[in-house]
Amino acid sequence: MSRRGRLSLFAVAGTGLLAVLLIGFHGLPRFGDYHGIYGLLVNRVEPAQRRATDIVTALNFDLRAFDTLGEEFILFASVAGVAVILRHLRDEDQDLQRSQGIEDHRFAGASEALRAGSLVLIPLLVALGAYVVFHGALTPGGGFQGGIVLAAGPLAILAAGRYLALKRLAPEWALEALEATGGACYALIGLGGLIFAGVYLRNFLPLGDSGQLLSAGMMPLNSIAVGLEVTGAFLLTWTEFLDQALVVRRGELRR
Amino acid sequence: MTFFPYVVAGWLFVIGLWGVVSSTDLVRTVLSLTVVQSSTYVVLLAIGYRSAGKAPIVADIPAASKLVDPVVQVLVLTDIVIEATVTALLLALVVQAHKRFGSVDPARLRALRH
Repeated sequence: MSRRGRLSLFAVAGTGLLAVLLIGFHGLPRFGDYHGIYGLLVNRVEPAQRRATDIVTALNFDLRAFDTLGEEFILFASVAGVAVILRHLRDEDQDLQRSQGIEDHRFAGASEALRAGSLVLIPLLVALGAYVVFHGALTPGGGFQGGIVLAAGPLAILAAGRYLALKRLAPEWALEALEATGGACYALIGLGGLIFAGVYLRNFLPLGDSGQLLSAGMMPLNSIAVGLEVTGAFLLTWTEFLDQALVVRRGELRR
Repeated sequence: MTFFPYVVAGWLFVIGLWGVVSSTDLVRTVLSLTVVQSSTYVVLLAIGYRSAGKAPIVADIPAASKLVDPVVQVLVLTDIVIEATVTALLLALVVQAHKRFGSVDPARLRALRH
């Protein structure tokens, strides 16, 4: 379709969409005037019955724990999808030894200051990520948020211009294992609920004291499991894309 | 100004959609889609807000305080995970499209025009 045809089609569809949007917005509660009973109930129940102080995480790993399992699988499936789409085609070669100029990417000319700064960043990012994962049930954060920060740690090696070092530190098999372990741990924690509490993903661990690191029952474990999966999943995705940019070469170029 | 957040959400939705439609670069199309999706975050958070309500974290405030709705915030978290996965898949398709056709301009993807 030509560009003009596409835009005029959008003008027609856009008018209808605008009408639907306006009707839809009209039916929303006024800003700051929300009276949904479910959220109010959750705010009362979760701190009292689960001793969690971050109600968002408590919802995620308690009331919506089964949805979170689905979310885990979505992430898992999408990483598998990226790996399949970006698989190495027959005429492509990804032999690291023969790929000339692999360190010759945009960051390879990194200044000493950038390199030193990136190396300093790695422990800080890992520490912050671990903190966010472990304190998921206490303060803002949790497995998803902390997992991203954790994954950014090794990525700092790339910013230092050392992609091969990143691949040595975090080879694909290790990332796949990390991701699978995280997903499996979450499912197994749910199984613990089935065995010890009679319902899949129901809390079966002692609740502890509100505000302590080991409190809120199984939430810290859930958080760690999700954190592992997210770290593995995102590092794997980034590795797949970076491989495309830096490692994979067309066969004919090699010869 | 009780409607302002919804105006922001509507604007993000429309401008993102315009980006998808008018784009001549598939990477830009994918990024425009993330703009569309970010409008849903604004809508969800705006719906769950209660005037003078605090964040639903009771680590350092009494649990009986007036708190905003946590359910929509969890939905935003799910939303972000979905957006990240969808973006990754679409960008992977763009990479392969570029290999196959040597261009990321949707008008130049020959096989799609038949």
